[in-house]
Amino acid sequence: MPYCAEPFRMKPMNHLDQLESQSVYIFREAFATIDRLAMLWSLGKDSNVMIWLARKAFFGHVPFPVMHIDTGRKFREMYEFRDRYAAEWNLNFLREECPSYESTDPTLPPAARSAARKTGGLKAALQKHGFKGIFAGIRRDEEGTRAKERYFSPRGENGAWQFRDQPPELWDQFNTDFPDGTHVRIHPLLHWSELDIWRYTQREGIPTVPLYFARDGKRYRSLGDQDITNPIVSDAVTIDAIITELENTRAPERAGRAMDHEAEDAFERLRADGYM
Amino acid sequence: MSADRETLRVVVIGHVDHGKSTLVGRLFHDTGMLPDGKLEAIRAMSEKRGMPFEWAFLMDALQAERDQGITIDTAHIWFRTPERNYVLVDAPGHKEFLKNMVTGAAASDAALLLIDAVEGLREQSRRHAFLLHLLGVREMAVVVNKMDAAGYSEERFRTIQRDYEAYLAEIGLKAQAFIPISARNGENLASSSAAMPWYHGPTVLQQLGRFQIRAPSENRPLRMPVQGVYKFDDRRIIAGRLESGRIAVGDTVLFSPSNKTTRVASIERWQANRSAEAGAGESIGVCLTEQIFVERGEILSHVADAPVETDVLRARLFWLGQRPMGVGSRYKIKLHAAEATATVQSIERIFDASSLEEVRGGAVEKNSVCEITLRLSRLVALDPYDRNAVTGRFVLVDDYDIAGGGVVSMEGYADQRRVTTVRATDITAVDHGVSLVARTQRNGHEGGVLWLTGLSGAGKSTLAVALEAALFTRGYQVYVLDGDNVRHGLCADLGFSPEDRAENIRRVGEVAALMAGAGMIVVTAFISPYRSDRDRARKAADTRFHEIYVKADLAVCETRDPKGLYKKARAGELANFTGISAPYEAPTAPELVVDTGTKSVDACIDDLVAYAVKAFKRQG
Repeated sequence: MPYCAEPFRMKPMNHLDQLESQSVYIFREAFATIDRLAMLWSLGKDSNVMIWLARKAFFGHVPFPVMHIDTGRKFREMYEFRDRYAAEWNLNFLREECPSYESTDPTLPPAARSAARKTGGLKAALQKHGFKGIFAGIRRDEEGTRAKERYFSPRGENGAWQFRDQPPELWDQFNTDFPDGTHVRIHPLLHWSELDIWRYTQREGIPTVPLYFARDGKRYRSLGDQDITNPIVSDAVTIDAIITELENTRAPERAGRAMDHEAEDAFERLRADGYM
Repeated sequence: MSADRETLRVVVIGHVDHGKSTLVGRLFHDTGMLPDGKLEAIRAMSEKRGMPFEWAFLMDALQAERDQGITIDTAHIWFRTPERNYVLVDAPGHKEFLKNMVTGAAASDAALLLIDAVEGLREQSRRHAFLLHLLGVREMAVVVNKMDAAGYSEERFRTIQRDYEAYLAEIGLKAQAFIPISARNGENLASSSAAMPWYHGPTVLQQLGRFQIRAPSENRPLRMPVQGVYKFDDRRIIAGRLESGRIAVGDTVLFSPSNKTTRVASIERWQANRSAEAGAGESIGVCLTEQIFVERGEILSHVADAPVETDVLRARLFWLGQRPMGVGSRYKIKLHAAEATATVQSIERIFDASSLEEVRGGAVEKNSVCEITLRLSRLVALDPYDRNAVTGRFVLVDDYDIAGGGVVSMEGYADQRRVTTVRATDITAVDHGVSLVARTQRNGHEGGVLWLTGLSGAGKSTLAVALEAALFTRGYQVYVLDGDNVRHGLCADLGFSPEDRAENIRRVGEVAALMAGAGMIVVTAFISPYRSDRDRARKAADTRFHEIYVKADLAVCETRDPKGLYKKARAGELANFTGISAPYEAPTAPELVVDTGTKSVDACIDDLVAYAVKAFKRQG
């Protein structure tokens, strides 16, 4: 393993070290207190960092299944990435299907209905495997309702998020007691920003799907289903260039994700129903 | 800009409608942090609801928040200045959402507390400051908002400043600045206001730059709560986060409360530096030179400067539970990585956090603050909050909900490490050649301990001596242990600190158990105010232990005051005096209660003799 040898006194912790330590703490708390755990792997930059952090927490191991809720509409590069690293990282990998577009809530706008397939797939997987805790790689800086999330976020019987009445969470003492028939979402990356993710990916040498890097003047800033995700204009072909680009942009991260923008409340409705 | 920039988390708090979300929205705009399209989106949302432009919509992402114009839950939002990065935490000001405010404030390094210049101090202005103090946030500034609506009046500003400074001083807080602003107009936010030339202090943005970040301290004693023990490969790794101090390979370390000592063989990390040391804040793993049994919830420390071990603690606590808390209520306590069942043993004080007035009544209602004593189902390791914040605070879980948070004080209670530690491990019990049955037949009765507990002046010594005489004349082998005959010899090295008193009782308990094993009836007469000490004495003598509560009110005992001790204690000449300046924990299930407050001495002795005759059966 590539270690950087530094036998004596070390440097004080920097910002990324602090973020990492907090995420590791959350992983270990969840592992100690919740019985049946699984991690969601969307194949994007955030969930790759999340897997990396789990391995930090458990000294190279990921001691729970890593699950891809597959809409079947991801990019080819994403599937290639998945198959390669599921093997290379020695993951206990699960692939779960999503229900059809027609089975989703017809009152939602079209892109949101596409996204809602993923919620359906997740609910089915929860039922099938009886998971009590699900790690999801969402961040507070992505979107307004995610900004209000807890690290340990309890879900109701049908996976619903009671965002009007969330439990308190303080001093790294998390909610780990739940009634039967419910589960908890655990968010180890909640306190990270988009820039933090890239800086950490660079520092640690974490692999990423090549779609994040510019080709023909465009790159993907956020990855979802092919038909509802749009690239941005960019010439960033390295992580350094992405970091410089992000330091200077005022465009929101999820601008290319159609489901966020169809209606003011579209994303809130998705999340209330159990979307990540 | 580099990854080494520090990030400060600032919570924005205050009474509902005093402009917290507006301040955050406007600050974002004025520092050029608003994402493209957001301004237009907010304008559209405002128009849709027939409102003037509403800055608060930046943070109030939920439909219900926008529709009702109220912040329901805490939101986190990132912004940066040339100097450093910030996470602004917008907390709700409505009383109903206090739990969300607490959630936001507990995660912050500093606080901006908003007060409406027109409305002045309101209920949550005070309560939030009090909670801030309890949550451990010390860096704070007060922002007096809506100065435009108050005619930019310096007099109005100074009045609020004076009143609020007085309140803050009462609870031990000091604001670094009072800043008059208009959040809506962006005055004294990112730039100074021409409308308030009389103000020469910092703008909000400048004040943010002055707040200090609290970092985990490497200079304090080592504390690593154990989060888990992993064996994923051939290593057995003790995993945890260093909450304070430093650790190095080769260090001798102590685990509490199991009291096991061993050495650090290696410090484990994955894909990181291989340093043989680690410091506060790091999440690491430790391999030990010996394979001792260690569990989640223990604290790893050095042998010197170890944490306290206890099954009882005092706490200052805020209550968020739907159901009121009363004496006898049971909860799950979560303290660092440790868990236990906690029972409310007593409630010393309940007060209203906004008026600081003491509340009458026996139960702690939602959103109030109290001082209580908790009894735990087992020993845990902890620190008083003023010695180590992370290992000195806890939450209580009622069913499935975090219902309260508290900080620990050990005032009046002893560290139980010394009295529970078995230091000699190479001792094998010797089989006695004489059987218990044979001893019982020789003495004509069984042996045992009659443990008298009660306040000073309750009559323990009087009763013990009379009982000894009465049983002796009836042919029993009986002996009294009291302060006089143990303090001069067996316990001559002990003083009256809580620790020494606990040790005194431990020795008496052990000696009494030995004498009972020898077939004697032992009567002890000690205040023995702590339940855990008496429980330990019971453990020593096992089924031969009989707890007898010599009951009399404090008022009654104080009038008797045979040794003049109460008088001295009231005058402050005696520290740690039971009933006055130290607690007395009455027995919950004594074998016998003798009430000397209502019964005569003779009647009490009759009860005692009758009990002893029944308990220690005649043989042969």
